[in-house]
Amino acid sequence: MGATEYIHYMLGAAVLLPLLSFFLILIAGPKMGKAGVGAGYVAMVSIFGSAALSFAALFFMWLPAHREALEKHDPHLPPHDDHHSVVVRSQGSDEHSPDEHSPDEHSSDEHSDAVHEHEDDGHAGHGDSSHGVGDQSEAHGHADGHADDHGEPYQEKPNVFVSGVYYTLGKFGNLRLEISYYIDSLTVTMFCMVTLIASMIHLYATGYMHDELEDYTDHDVTLSDGSALTRPGRYSRFFQSLSLFCFSMLGLVLAGNIAMVFVFWELVGICSYFLIGFYIERKSASTAANKAFIVNRVGDFGMIIGLMALWGSLGTFAFGDAQQTTEISDLSLAAYEDQLDNGELPTELRTHLAQHDVVLPRHAAVVRQPEGTSWAISGFLSRDASAILSVEGDHVSVESHLPGIFSQVRPDGEHHPDGEGSAYDLVTPDGMVHSSIDGMIVDRVVADHSVMFTDVKMANQASASEIGSQTRQARAAGFGYWLLIVAGVGIFCGCVGKSAQFPLHVWLPDAMEGPTPVSALVHSATMVAAGVYLVGRFFPVFAPEVLLVIASAGCITLFMAATIAITATDIKRVLAYSTVSQLGYMMLALGIGGWIAGMMHLITHAFFKSLLFMCSGSVIHAVHTNEMPEMGGLWKKMPVTAFTMLIGCLAIAGISIPFVVGFSGYYSKDMILEQAASFMGHNHSMLGSVFFVAASGGAAITAFYMFRMWFLTFVGTPRNQHRYEHAHESPKAMYIPLVVISVFAVVVAWSERVELVIGAMVAIAISLFVFWKFRQPAEPGLDHENDHGSHGNLICLPLVLSVLVFVVGITWFSAGNENVVLSSLLRQARPDGALNAMEGKLVDLTWPAEPYAHDYKTPVTILATLTAWFGLGLATVMYALGWLSPSDVRKGFEPIYNFLLNKWWFDELYELIWIRPTHAISRVISACDKHGLDALVDGSARVTKWIANMWDSLVDRRLLDGSIGWVASVTYAIGLFLRRFQTGKLRHYVVFIVMGTIIVFVLVSLTRSLLAM
Amino acid sequence: MGFFDQPLTVSHYLVIGAVLFVMGVICMATKRNAIGVLMGIELVLNGANVNFVAFGSKYLRESSLGLDGQLIALFVIVLAAGEAAVALAIALNFYNNHATIDVDNADELKG
Repeated sequence: MGATEYIHYMLGAAVLLPLLSFFLILIAGPKMGKAGVGAGYVAMVSIFGSAALSFAALFFMWLPAHREALEKHDPHLPPHDDHHSVVVRSQGSDEHSPDEHSPDEHSSDEHSDAVHEHEDDGHAGHGDSSHGVGDQSEAHGHADGHADDHGEPYQEKPNVFVSGVYYTLGKFGNLRLEISYYIDSLTVTMFCMVTLIASMIHLYATGYMHDELEDYTDHDVTLSDGSALTRPGRYSRFFQSLSLFCFSMLGLVLAGNIAMVFVFWELVGICSYFLIGFYIERKSASTAANKAFIVNRVGDFGMIIGLMALWGSLGTFAFGDAQQTTEISDLSLAAYEDQLDNGELPTELRTHLAQHDVVLPRHAAVVRQPEGTSWAISGFLSRDASAILSVEGDHVSVESHLPGIFSQVRPDGEHHPDGEGSAYDLVTPDGMVHSSIDGMIVDRVVADHSVMFTDVKMANQASASEIGSQTRQARAAGFGYWLLIVAGVGIFCGCVGKSAQFPLHVWLPDAMEGPTPVSALVHSATMVAAGVYLVGRFFPVFAPEVLLVIASAGCITLFMAATIAITATDIKRVLAYSTVSQLGYMMLALGIGGWIAGMMHLITHAFFKSLLFMCSGSVIHAVHTNEMPEMGGLWKKMPVTAFTMLIGCLAIAGISIPFVVGFSGYYSKDMILEQAASFMGHNHSMLGSVFFVAASGGAAITAFYMFRMWFLTFVGTPRNQHRYEHAHESPKAMYIPLVVISVFAVVVAWSERVELVIGAMVAIAISLFVFWKFRQPAEPGLDHENDHGSHGNLICLPLVLSVLVFVVGITWFSAGNENVVLSSLLRQARPDGALNAMEGKLVDLTWPAEPYAHDYKTPVTILATLTAWFGLGLATVMYALGWLSPSDVRKGFEPIYNFLLNKWWFDELYELIWIRPTHAISRVISACDKHGLDALVDGSARVTKWIANMWDSLVDRRLLDGSIGWVASVTYAIGLFLRRFQTGKLRHYVVFIVMGTIIVFVLVSLTRSLLAM
Repeated sequence: MGFFDQPLTVSHYLVIGAVLFVMGVICMATKRNAIGVLMGIELVLNGANVNFVAFGSKYLRESSLGLDGQLIALFVIVLAAGEAAVALAIALNFYNNHATIDVDNADELKG
């Protein structure tokens, strides 16, 4: 475990590097070099650093510690009819008929023993975890030597993960907001995928965005005087948003609780808003940015409901269990010992512990531990927070255990709330059961028993058994299950928005308004992947009914988007709909229980779709248009782009030599189809067939539209001679990423040495061929030597690189790393319970465990190959060979063509059912506002104004101002009067003095005589 | 017995003083010549002096030494001398500025 002890620092640093770059560019962006050219380097260094850290974490930390847990192949499951009894127990209900097949069962007794051992290992392991409150919880430990016992027919390994808390933002009662991490091999794999693709896209963007280094004239924006808008370049701002975007995505992947996921989720959303609206002056771009943002808000609304359902019933956001040790030095247990031994938890002690952030259940029973002076505090619900108090020398140590969401929904055999049941089966957690019957039930039972029994221990025992049996009954009756469904569907709503699933898929094609590197990053590998990632991460929590919703949404999406892509003429829109369709595949796979298939497709799709986007960007960069009818024949002008894009098309179409070797899409798409076939085979209902037919039909359509795009772009005669003549191969910064990613798009899913050997041979053969072919014109005497000579070099580079990769790969394999392949990494990450078959409670369907899909491998592989080749062939016939004129076909299917060309009328439909009514309601409300509220406010304003005027003129002007004015004027008049006596003449003054004296005398004497009277 | 055939008393002095005072005041009020005004002032002061001397008389207060009125009169004479010196200087300056000593011309401080 030593090696993974620091992995969260490593990945945390990988997350923070892009954030650092964001702030650097934010502060000093435009000043970095000429016109901010340094911003690109800063962003690139940071993301390359993140990539280096991620790969280091994978190869030097994760793999050395967990190599033995990687199993190369899924274990073979026992035949279906061997076990009947266990599934009945596992569902905790009796209504299932015993002969329903249930592939998940295995000897549950043996299993719980094994898990028990793991638990012990785990506890011993994190006893020495060094970082105090930030705990290192290896809740399950990792499989000890399970890889060896192949004799066992089917042995489930618990999921291996590392989780803990970086920093606690705040505690509000039960609500703990934390920055935490949850790292398993899915996290690490996603980190590598995201950082690798993001690095390549950063590099690509330095080439693609160089227009922004000078003043940029946007020909799509016409000013009022008819000229095009010219504005300063926004090179640094672009990389700033890109860095923030990478930070958000990596943070989302690392997040250890759903609240943190939500925060990063929104960050990803806002970054996509910035980037889609990068050409903000274009009306289409700003509308698209708004659309993306608003549509995502719609999904997030559901997600918030899901979060509330989870937190309200379970009281936690954390994924994994948290183990937390608190040392309290200012506490002596001596005073409480009697009470503790008696089974009580004194209130003062509880308050004291609460001050030290120890989470305790509301009602707790205390049991003295046999060894040492320590007591175990536990709640009455099965997965309440619990703690162990122990006296160690002069301080008290509290070891508390906070169960996360996953372990509550998928308890292992030991912690099953009903005391028995198969490990990792879906269980409605106690919290949800109690939320839905009556939240106060525990309070009441405890209160009753504390009155009935004088002895606290007996009261506790009675309460525990009473609550336990009531919970069991309620759970069996189905209480709380709907909360599980609400939580699942709510979370999935968020994913529907982010991953552009039906019915919220409309934003993604419009989002193509952003610059192409953004499309490559945001809309293939990261943002839209976030939704699928979250579904995968939350897979254990989804009830069968939720999975059905997921599968249906995915199925509709994949078929609808694939058909729309057939008629699109904008090269990026073809890719956009293709993305939507592939995301539908992933959702379908996850929804029918194919966890690895979905996640595998997520990874492989990320590579080939970002490759395709970057290729399309390269084409757009060369011909300055998105419209495929303007292209054609570009193969000769830009061979590297054409070649890499061909690889991308082959990969997404899943072309292969069946059972031997294929492009990465072949592996993941076949896994999805196998799972769909397995689902169909285990359910004798229409739905299973619909899923399978849609998925395999979608595969044919995928191959068709991808090659339609490729042929229209690169093959045939140029349809716009002017654009053709100005086309050129892209600069180095742009084609190197193409090459690197294309190599990955081929090899990422390979798992056998034979594939590597064949791949290496093919690569060497092609490179020899290219060398030979392009050496010819390099001889003197031929005009176009420079042209082709340089292209020859261009093509050699990828081939040399791929040969290098193959050599490294073969060496890596030969060094005993046969198990380190994508599929086994994902297999290791498979969440607890993903191998347990599930049966719907409300729907009559079975979700077969994924390994059963192997039974369908042969027919499905043949079928998938046939469909892919059929699509490819049809595209070739129509667009490359011209045997079948597209316009004839179009005429033949006029209504369908129009239907598809208008994208199934979704925008119009939404316009009709959402936007128009919203506008109408807004108009009504605005009229009410104007004529009702505004009139009221205006009226009161008018009255107030009138009163003020009256007050002003009457009181203020007349009374106050008047009186003061009068005093002033009187004073003035007196002054004027007295002024006349100030003659300046000495003789007058004398007379005045005399007269004054006389008057004073007269007055005094008069007064005296009057007083005397 | 009338005022004139009784023996001299303080009242007689007071009458003289009052006559002198009133004459001085009238002189101040009527003369336009600054020197005349000064003379009027001297008359007023001397009228006051006569009063002081009269009030200081032994006949008025038995306990008195009969010198305090004279003493104050001496002060007043000294004061008058000083005052005359200042006033004459003012008159001279006034003449220098206005080429006249008619006090009616000195009305520059009128309101």
